[in-house]
Amino acid sequence: MSLRSDLAVIAAHVAPGSRVLDIGCGDGALMAELEAARGCDARGMELDGALVERCVARGLSVVQGDANVDLADYPDKAFDYAILSQTLQTATRPDRMLEELLRVGRRAFVSFPNFAHWRTRMALLIGGRMPVTRALPLTWYETENIHHVTVEDFRDLARMKGARIERAWFFAGDRQIGAPGANWRAEFAVFELSR
Amino acid sequence: MNSVPLSKAYALPHPLPLDSGQVLEACQIAYETYGTLAPGKDNAVLVCHALTGDQYVASPHPITGKPGWWERMVGPGKPIDTTRHFVICANVIGSCMGSTGPMSLAPDGKPYAMRFPVITIRDMVRGLVGLLDGLGIARLHAVVGGSMGGMQALSLAANWPTRAARVLVIASTARHSAQNIAFHEVGRQAIMADPAWNGGDYYGASARPDNGLAVARMAAHITYLSEAGLTEKFGRRLQDRAEKGFGFDAEFQVESYLRYQGSGFTRRFDANSYLYITRAMDYFDLAEEHGGRLANAFAGTPARFCIVSFDTDWLYPTAESRHIVHALNAAGAKVSFVELSAPHGHDSFLLEHDQLDRVVQGFLA
Repeated sequence: MSLRSDLAVIAAHVAPGSRVLDIGCGDGALMAELEAARGCDARGMELDGALVERCVARGLSVVQGDANVDLADYPDKAFDYAILSQTLQTATRPDRMLEELLRVGRRAFVSFPNFAHWRTRMALLIGGRMPVTRALPLTWYETENIHHVTVEDFRDLARMKGARIERAWFFAGDRQIGAPGANWRAEFAVFELSR
Repeated sequence: MNSVPLSKAYALPHPLPLDSGQVLEACQIAYETYGTLAPGKDNAVLVCHALTGDQYVASPHPITGKPGWWERMVGPGKPIDTTRHFVICANVIGSCMGSTGPMSLAPDGKPYAMRFPVITIRDMVRGLVGLLDGLGIARLHAVVGGSMGGMQALSLAANWPTRAARVLVIASTARHSAQNIAFHEVGRQAIMADPAWNGGDYYGASARPDNGLAVARMAAHITYLSEAGLTEKFGRRLQDRAEKGFGFDAEFQVESYLRYQGSGFTRRFDANSYLYITRAMDYFDLAEEHGGRLANAFAGTPARFCIVSFDTDWLYPTAESRHIVHALNAAGAKVSFVELSAPHGHDSFLLEHDQLDRVVQGFLA
């Protein structure tokens, strides 16, 4: 089974044998990969009960919970990595969620759709309507993305939180692209942070 | 109820020490098994029963003749698959289906009745661990329990952390709330207010406190259901009549149902056992046993946990399961948790539920 590109890059850069918390783990695809291929001790948190049930049925340790509140359950530095994929922009307070991420994990991976991608900018500038693009396929009234964020916004937030950006990866579709001009060119970004 | 049904029984080779400081002499544990114990003795699953349950998890009840209480979950090809697992289900001490309890004979040859020592959930589990020792099972593949069975599973994990590799707790709690205790007290008072209870001394008598026990069961039964479930099943419909009778017969269907549940229950359950077991549940507070912090109960546990709650269960609501999950997370334990949707309240764990089946099957795999 092939992982979504942001998950694949995370899976490839998590240290083998580490303790990982996957927040918003969905059907557990990344967790399963981390356990099978990297020998990790992976735990997950997911809001959707039907997805949690699928995770448990495949033998993964997943807790049904709301990352906006339930991350408080975990002690400081309980994990080597805390992973938040495609979820930051849906948080009630992304800044507080990032804070929690950096508290429970020694390192954090965060992936998100970049709202400053040129297609998004054009859709807004020319079309004058909230963008519906390959990366942001839902209309403004359907989307769970309530806090759209750009690559530069995220860099600012990390700086504000005293987090160090260890590495970053950028994607246009499934294709990885270089860092220059990423805020224009990247549809998705993955950041590895530490503090 | 009158007779002690026949079941396999294991006589503990030693007196059973109790949390009260007392000791239970000549303790017997009645149990049933299903499936075959593997040569490595590594495929055993202990199923713990609820308050009024028994060892007949997947075989007919000897008094009522009804199917086992969890036959839809335990059996060949079922989520707890007896073609793969050796399933053990034992009657807890204090109960009345063959394990030592208040209706058993004390060393003086007379029934214990209220001379039976007050027991705790941990005492029940101590008895179960004695049985596992007798069966030569050092480590269970899993311990599984719903409601009071879940309390036993948690107690086993907390106090005998190496005895179970997996711990599955369904519709349960780590402590009895004031509301839980309150409902149990109503039941106990109903029993003790029945003149036939006679201070617990009724085993040789012609009358038994069946009326009191039936009322206790009726009150408890309401807590096992949801308001929506009751409304759907009975509404305000009348039983066998077209109009209100301006009297106090069981005019509403729900009254008739509860009376039926109450009287049926007295055929298979002993009133004193009901007092003792509800007391044990009320005493249950796993955190209190471990320095007031629930996470301490699970510190360093090697087991994997799965906690399941139901959204309409107001007896042991989801918040209680979350409380357990919180503690397990704080202890760094491997834990899964899911709140399942079901209309039937606390009893949902006993009823048809495909999602529950998949969770149980996946967790035990």
